[in-house]
Amino acid sequence: MLRASLRQISAALKEGQVTPTELCQRCLALIRSTQFLNAYITVAEESALKQAEESEKRYRRGQPLGELDGIPIAVKDNFNTAGIETTCASNMLKGYISPYNATVVQKLLDRGAVLLGKTNLDEFAMGSGSTDGVFGPVRNPWSYSRQYKEKFVPRSDSEPENWVITGGSSGGSAAAVSAFTCFAALGSDTGGSTRNPAAHCGVVGLKPTYGLISRHGLIPLVNSMDVPGILTRYVDDAAVVLGSLAGHDPKDSTTVQDIFQPFALPSLTDVSKLSIGIPKEYHVPGLSSEILAVWSKAADLFKNAGAKVVEVSLPHTHYSIVCYHVLCTAEVASNMARFDGLEYGHRSDMNKSTESMYAATRREGFNDVVRGRILSGNYFLLKQNYEDYFVKAQKVRRLIANDFVKVFGSGIDILLTPTTLNDAVPYMEFIKEDNRTRSTQDDILTQAANMAGLPAVNVPTALSRRGLPIGLQFIGRSFQEKQLLTVAKWFEKQVQFPVIQLEEVKKHDSGVLQHKKSASFS
Amino acid sequence: MAARGCGGVWRRALQRGRGGSCSASRLRRAVACNARGGAVPLGQSGLAPWAPIVGLEIHAQITSNSKLFSGSQVQFAAPPNSLVSFFDASLPGTLPVLNKRCVEAAVMTGLALNCTINKKSLFDRKHYFYADLPAGYQITQQRVPIAVNGSLSYSLCKDNKMSQMVTKTVRIKQIQLEQDSGKSLHDDARSQTLIDLNRAGVGLMEVVMEPDMCCGEEAAAAVRELQLILQTLGSSQAIMAEGQLRVDANISVHHPGEPYGVRTEVKNINSIRFLAKAVDYEIQRQIKELESGGTVLNETRAFDSKLGCTVPMRDKEGKQDYRFMPEPNLPPLILYDAKSLPANVNHQQVVNIDWIHERLPDLPSVKRAKLVELYGILPEHSFTLMNEDGLMDFFEDVVKQTQMKPKKVIGWILSDLLSHLKQNSLTAKESPISSFFLADLLNLLENGDISSSAAKQVFEELWKGEGKTPLEIVKEKQLELIQDQEELEQICQAAIDEREKEVMAIKGGNEKVINKLIGLVRKATRGRANPLLVKQILEKKLSE
Repeated sequence: MLRASLRQISAALKEGQVTPTELCQRCLALIRSTQFLNAYITVAEESALKQAEESEKRYRRGQPLGELDGIPIAVKDNFNTAGIETTCASNMLKGYISPYNATVVQKLLDRGAVLLGKTNLDEFAMGSGSTDGVFGPVRNPWSYSRQYKEKFVPRSDSEPENWVITGGSSGGSAAAVSAFTCFAALGSDTGGSTRNPAAHCGVVGLKPTYGLISRHGLIPLVNSMDVPGILTRYVDDAAVVLGSLAGHDPKDSTTVQDIFQPFALPSLTDVSKLSIGIPKEYHVPGLSSEILAVWSKAADLFKNAGAKVVEVSLPHTHYSIVCYHVLCTAEVASNMARFDGLEYGHRSDMNKSTESMYAATRREGFNDVVRGRILSGNYFLLKQNYEDYFVKAQKVRRLIANDFVKVFGSGIDILLTPTTLNDAVPYMEFIKEDNRTRSTQDDILTQAANMAGLPAVNVPTALSRRGLPIGLQFIGRSFQEKQLLTVAKWFEKQVQFPVIQLEEVKKHDSGVLQHKKSASFS
Repeated sequence: MAARGCGGVWRRALQRGRGGSCSASRLRRAVACNARGGAVPLGQSGLAPWAPIVGLEIHAQITSNSKLFSGSQVQFAAPPNSLVSFFDASLPGTLPVLNKRCVEAAVMTGLALNCTINKKSLFDRKHYFYADLPAGYQITQQRVPIAVNGSLSYSLCKDNKMSQMVTKTVRIKQIQLEQDSGKSLHDDARSQTLIDLNRAGVGLMEVVMEPDMCCGEEAAAAVRELQLILQTLGSSQAIMAEGQLRVDANISVHHPGEPYGVRTEVKNINSIRFLAKAVDYEIQRQIKELESGGTVLNETRAFDSKLGCTVPMRDKEGKQDYRFMPEPNLPPLILYDAKSLPANVNHQQVVNIDWIHERLPDLPSVKRAKLVELYGILPEHSFTLMNEDGLMDFFEDVVKQTQMKPKKVIGWILSDLLSHLKQNSLTAKESPISSFFLADLLNLLENGDISSSAAKQVFEELWKGEGKTPLEIVKEKQLELIQDQEELEQICQAAIDEREKEVMAIKGGNEKVINKLIGLVRKATRGRANPLLVKQILEKKLSE
């Protein structure tokens, strides 16, 4: 039952085949038995059951709040949740309980969704592996799938840690959805943080247009690029969640005023009127041949179905990483300034002076990645550097955005690209390189969409030779989520991505995660 | 709220400089700021005289129900940390939402100061760590402020003579919208700092004046005029004592023809009177320093109102790089005028410059001209009426309630009422004599019921504020004019009989001596005789 789609389970709830409480309990049990994945930082068992109970009452009265009523969901731990810890996987916010709900969280709760817990991430969402948080790395559920086990040949006995990463930074949310512990999860996407783990975990990851969904309550990474992301197992489900989240929020001045009309996705039968662009710049060095093959097969699929498939050029794409590095670190330096130990969060015992307290608090509270980004960001913002770095990066950002405008202006409806360079790598391999190098490699295919604010979605497409998911990315026009998801849904139907065959989870629950916080189940 | 309360913060390692003892007396040499704006005191070195250059940065708190970017209430002297929203405490994930009222106040102020209003302005983050700045940055308008290139005309009297008013103009560089910070209270005894965030995020207008002034008096007059304009507009209450108007002065001296000297910035000035003092002190200090072969440091100094001098202040961690950055959570601030206003726009949501322009109230300069024209008073009187808090309203109230001509009323207001108020450090609103009672009194005078000397006596009685009406006082003290012609004639006759010598002198042609007789009658009647009538009677009797 937990393997159903959100829409199927919603129908089952409506028909009384299952009750919200029963559903919630099952999910909680699965979370417990897949605890070794480290997908959740906090499981809000008590409040989830209470919410399920309320939902049940509404169903009994015949007055459910809609498709999301009683649906178990999870939320990345960088969204504020009233009464439930919000940590950003950082020592800085360990134990921090926000007094308010992020707008997106409130909207889900208002529609009756049951919030199971908060999912793991890289500290303050800075990373592409979900390996750099204080609560430890997230394990990709596919590491424990029959598909992977069958293909996996241990290279030597000295490599017992063969489990692969989820990608990130929303790896906890992607793993939670992939392992069937919830029906949808919120991630955030600044440079690919929703689409990247979605690709590695074989789930749908939607990054909506900047300005369509409120960021109020999302603890920012880069305000000008952050978007709440949606992770589901099916494209249709993403559309349902999007429908409940999109729209103007008076608390976020960057959300658009236009009224958003929720939509159900039509089942496309004819794609002959579609124009699919294949940006040649996405054929980057480092792109695995396997993924390249899946990409061109997908292009052929469209071509064979009658769509127009055109090679297009986005000439400034390869500047996006360096440009992102400047803009991201600058905003990070600024956004992190508030964590000084005074009003909330960690405060060092150092009390020689306010300055020394600040310094010690921030040294103890942030990991190397965060501190490194703060340092470089402050460097770029120095008066003597501002023009050379920040202003230049902004100009390049404009050029990147204009590339897309030109391509879409030439009649292209949707761009088709790979989401990642490779399938997921084993953790032991991943941590050989530092966060900065990895982020540079891993964001390369996803980041330009953030620069331009465009909607993009990862659709699980095929399994690699190692039995791991490969996803492709569709990028659409601004605020054209319906068209984007309609095409994604057609594609999803064509490729028939295999369902994960999770092996008996119990045997993996081998106490590998002693460092994990004990208050996991509240 | 689980977020930690804004409790004790460790005191930062302050080195509050006490820069030597103040030698105000040695610097007493007056800054002969001549109102023509020319250069000033002669240098002892025999070089060209020193020319002081004064520029001002003024922060005016916007009068608004809520803060610049949050819905928290704005209120002076509320219990600590009682007006703090999640945004004000910079809780993670909170976002700024611009308050339209603050934008309108800034537009209004910009228009009143003849500024160009930028139809598109931007917000920036200015970074520095300080305990009362919870976000670690202030949202301000560094690159493109809301208003630029204005001017402010102000007047001051030449050589301290009320009759010689001079009008001058200072250019306004820009007006920018920005957030106020919280307040730090340093508890030296417990060596900790307490933070109050009630003020954090309150809307400020920073008005930057070009260095077009040359002495304390000019700076004070310019700020006073600005204060009146803000109060007239209602864009700020601009009460300096409550910190709603904060003035920082940039001061340097140089020899005309040479480049500007190194400037200092003087802060902690909390009244207009202190502004004049601080500027003049600092000018003298710099001249003294330079003439004795020293140098002026580019530093921030604080005005010590008790000692009447400026002292070096701890600079915020030396030279700061504020690492300005565009505020990514606020779209550009777009303003419209009648021409650019989109047709199908919700008027509640946009700010229309023309609409605001049409509704600007009379500015102080216009109001003064109207006072002069309407009441026939002198221009300098109109300045006094406007400059003294509440005096104009008081005057107009009295005029409304009396038959006495405004021209005569102004004398009572300025010489009698104002001098009493000043002696007791009161404003017109706090006057123990209401406008109603003063009008009553002036009516008695105007009707010839009492003499003007009696009126002064009644005024003194009224000032005691015992609640008696003027008429009651007149009755009680028997101050009515003697209306009985016969009685007056008898008194006059008695005076003539008594003073043979004077009578002889008058008859001998020295007519002025009659005043002595009039004085005698006044004494005899205790001011209750109409002096004109007395004179007539005496003249008649003496010519008989």
